[in-house]
Amino acid sequence: MKTFLRAIIISLVFIILCGLIYPLGMTGISQLFFNKQANGSIAKYNGKPVGSELLGQAFTDMRFFHGRVSANNYNTYTKADKIPDKNGKTAYDGVSSGSANLAPSNPDLAERVENDMDAFLKLHPGVKKDEIPTDLLTSSGSGLDPDISPEAAKIQIPAISQATGISLVQLEKIVVHNTKGRTLGIFGEPRVNVLETNMEIAKLLNITF
Amino acid sequence: MGILQIVIILLLIFVLSIPVGKYIYKIISGERCFVDPVMNRVDNLIYKISGIKKEQEMNWKQYAVALVLTNLVLTVILFAILRLQNLLGLNPNGIGPMEQSLSFNTAISFITNTNFQSYSGESGASYFVQMILTCFMFVAPATGLAAAAAFLRGIIGKSKSLGNFFVDLTRFITRLLLPVSIVLALVLVFQGVPQTLSHNQTVATIEGKMQDIPLGPVASLEAVKNLASNGGGFYGANSAHPFENPTPLTNIITIISLGLIATATVVAFGHMLKNKKQAWVLFGVAAFLLVLSVGVTYYSESKGNPVLERVGLNQSMGNMEGKELRFSVAESSLFTGATTAYQVGAVNSMHDSLTPAGGMMAMWNMMLQTAFGGKGTGFIYLLMFAILTVFLCGLMVGRTPEFLGKKIEGREIKMVAIAILLHPLLILIPTAISLITPGAAASTSNPGFHGLSQILYNFTSASANNGSAFAGMMTNTVYYNVLIGIIMLVARYLPIIAMLAVAGSMASKKPVPESIGTFRTDNTIFAVTLLGVIIIVGALTFFPALALGPIAEQLTLR
Repeated sequence: MKTFLRAIIISLVFIILCGLIYPLGMTGISQLFFNKQANGSIAKYNGKPVGSELLGQAFTDMRFFHGRVSANNYNTYTKADKIPDKNGKTAYDGVSSGSANLAPSNPDLAERVENDMDAFLKLHPGVKKDEIPTDLLTSSGSGLDPDISPEAAKIQIPAISQATGISLVQLEKIVVHNTKGRTLGIFGEPRVNVLETNMEIAKLLNITF
Repeated sequence: MGILQIVIILLLIFVLSIPVGKYIYKIISGERCFVDPVMNRVDNLIYKISGIKKEQEMNWKQYAVALVLTNLVLTVILFAILRLQNLLGLNPNGIGPMEQSLSFNTAISFITNTNFQSYSGESGASYFVQMILTCFMFVAPATGLAAAAAFLRGIIGKSKSLGNFFVDLTRFITRLLLPVSIVLALVLVFQGVPQTLSHNQTVATIEGKMQDIPLGPVASLEAVKNLASNGGGFYGANSAHPFENPTPLTNIITIISLGLIATATVVAFGHMLKNKKQAWVLFGVAAFLLVLSVGVTYYSESKGNPVLERVGLNQSMGNMEGKELRFSVAESSLFTGATTAYQVGAVNSMHDSLTPAGGMMAMWNMMLQTAFGGKGTGFIYLLMFAILTVFLCGLMVGRTPEFLGKKIEGREIKMVAIAILLHPLLILIPTAISLITPGAAASTSNPGFHGLSQILYNFTSASANNGSAFAGMMTNTVYYNVLIGIIMLVARYLPIIAMLAVAGSMASKKPVPESIGTFRTDNTIFAVTLLGVIIIVGALTFFPALALGPIAEQLTLR
């Protein structure tokens, strides 16, 4: 009985220490010293929040670089996506993350890749099948991958140049400018942040919204 | 480059485990250490409030009762909080109460250090619940570490006492998990992990659409999630989510956190035993199993998916389906190996999309549970297999087996056998039942052999108290919530109680003086034998199931 009482009290003590004091304390310190990061590393365009530097977005405009395949469309939606259809379902039903969890043997995976590949080849004439970098046609784990490989960016440059009128050389410069190398030269992969790259293009084109 | 990434990170884990192991030894033994002036005050305050007398020693039964009661109280509290989360405040995104079978599953999942999640944090948990779950991420692993400390005192020590559970629990939290988590959390926030109480933000994008940005007190959960082999993510995508694991640097820190404490526990064992060679034997066996699984996974993942190759998609980057670009295929493979070997359950890539050989190695690690294993409990499994090995060797030469200077007799072997046999029973029987139950089998999301792998993986994860999943499978049904909940519960507490009983009976035995005839357990021959026993027991038990799942899938991929 005494042990039971002690078990109850010590449980409450740790709930207060580790479940309230610790996370609230960390929130206070983080808000004070790392305010931008603690609030989602919000990316701003003309002073307005347009996304997070760490999260990808679903880009469909041909003037912009496109990111990886996402199972949740990067939590990006339009007003129409929130209107229920006749079954009461909406195209967008709230923030989520993850992939479609397709097994390598699942025929749906091969079919999805084939369809995306055909669509990509149509939008990017002159590109050969086996030149398409793997990351562009595979789905990321989170559905929110902010990055593509430098190769995946370069292969999109001619089409973007045609759609925007920005020269190939200048687009290459923009890509190089937004390419991050491996950490300490060893860890991770070289990568291009799609949103930041597209914001630079938007500035060049003077897009306002 | 990939192999270099893997080698450097593994070496960092192994090297750092030496000082951390010494520190853990000091926590267990109560030796003076540099944080005492501050931490003694915190500890004493906790003892005072809870009415704990720190000098009071417990025998194995008292220890087990204190452990189970504390965990029981916490489980009931968590269940109530989950059911009532809509009423308890700190819920800026307006999340409703959790359904009851899911609450049952989640409460057990978090107290057993499993962190199997059949909900998604974004849509299923209020900020208050996430903070309470953070607390469970301290208490559950500290319980495992306390059990390991008691077990060690029993089999090494000379008194009947196994220590005091409440004191062990407190010391592991205040001296190890909490201070390290505070530092880790700050580094994570600095790298971009959110830490706020404000609600999700909706922005207008430069394409004129809208995007929802999920927020919350993420970093404080994330730090302890990885450090203490919990693995339950703040968001559905776990450590693949850019807000949980934003950069290659956080990825390295995460992988090191996954492994550090469990590896260091083996080092601490050497200090307690005053026989470092014995600890290095166990260390070597566990490290070999870990490196082997990472090696096979990396090889398989870097080869890519032959089916996509046939479609015409270049596979030179490796299998990128379900992986994040900022982590290389090598570091994702290492993450998969580490999270399943150390029974953490965090993922930085979607395991369902692993190549069959990669997915099989993840299951293999969880089936063996001895590649260092979870906090405290993994080490207990390692010692159990050592006892079994000593017993088998004793049978072969026809003498009473001894381990660490104590005789191993019928009672100990019975307990060890129960604990070792329990694991396959809890995996294979539910898998078989689910496969022949139409409603249950329908939960799988991938066709063919991989569907079987999904069921097998998720029960293996539950029984190993790992918590990772082949997440395509729909496990949020009453059937799976209840069944997986029960498996996690039995798999956690039965072995712990059995092993405390072993510790209790070994503690009361007189040490046998060492002689020429003593079978040495601290040399290479024993290491190789132990490794053989672990692999043979694992292979004999699980090979048929693996053959029907991942092996068959691999063969059809050509």
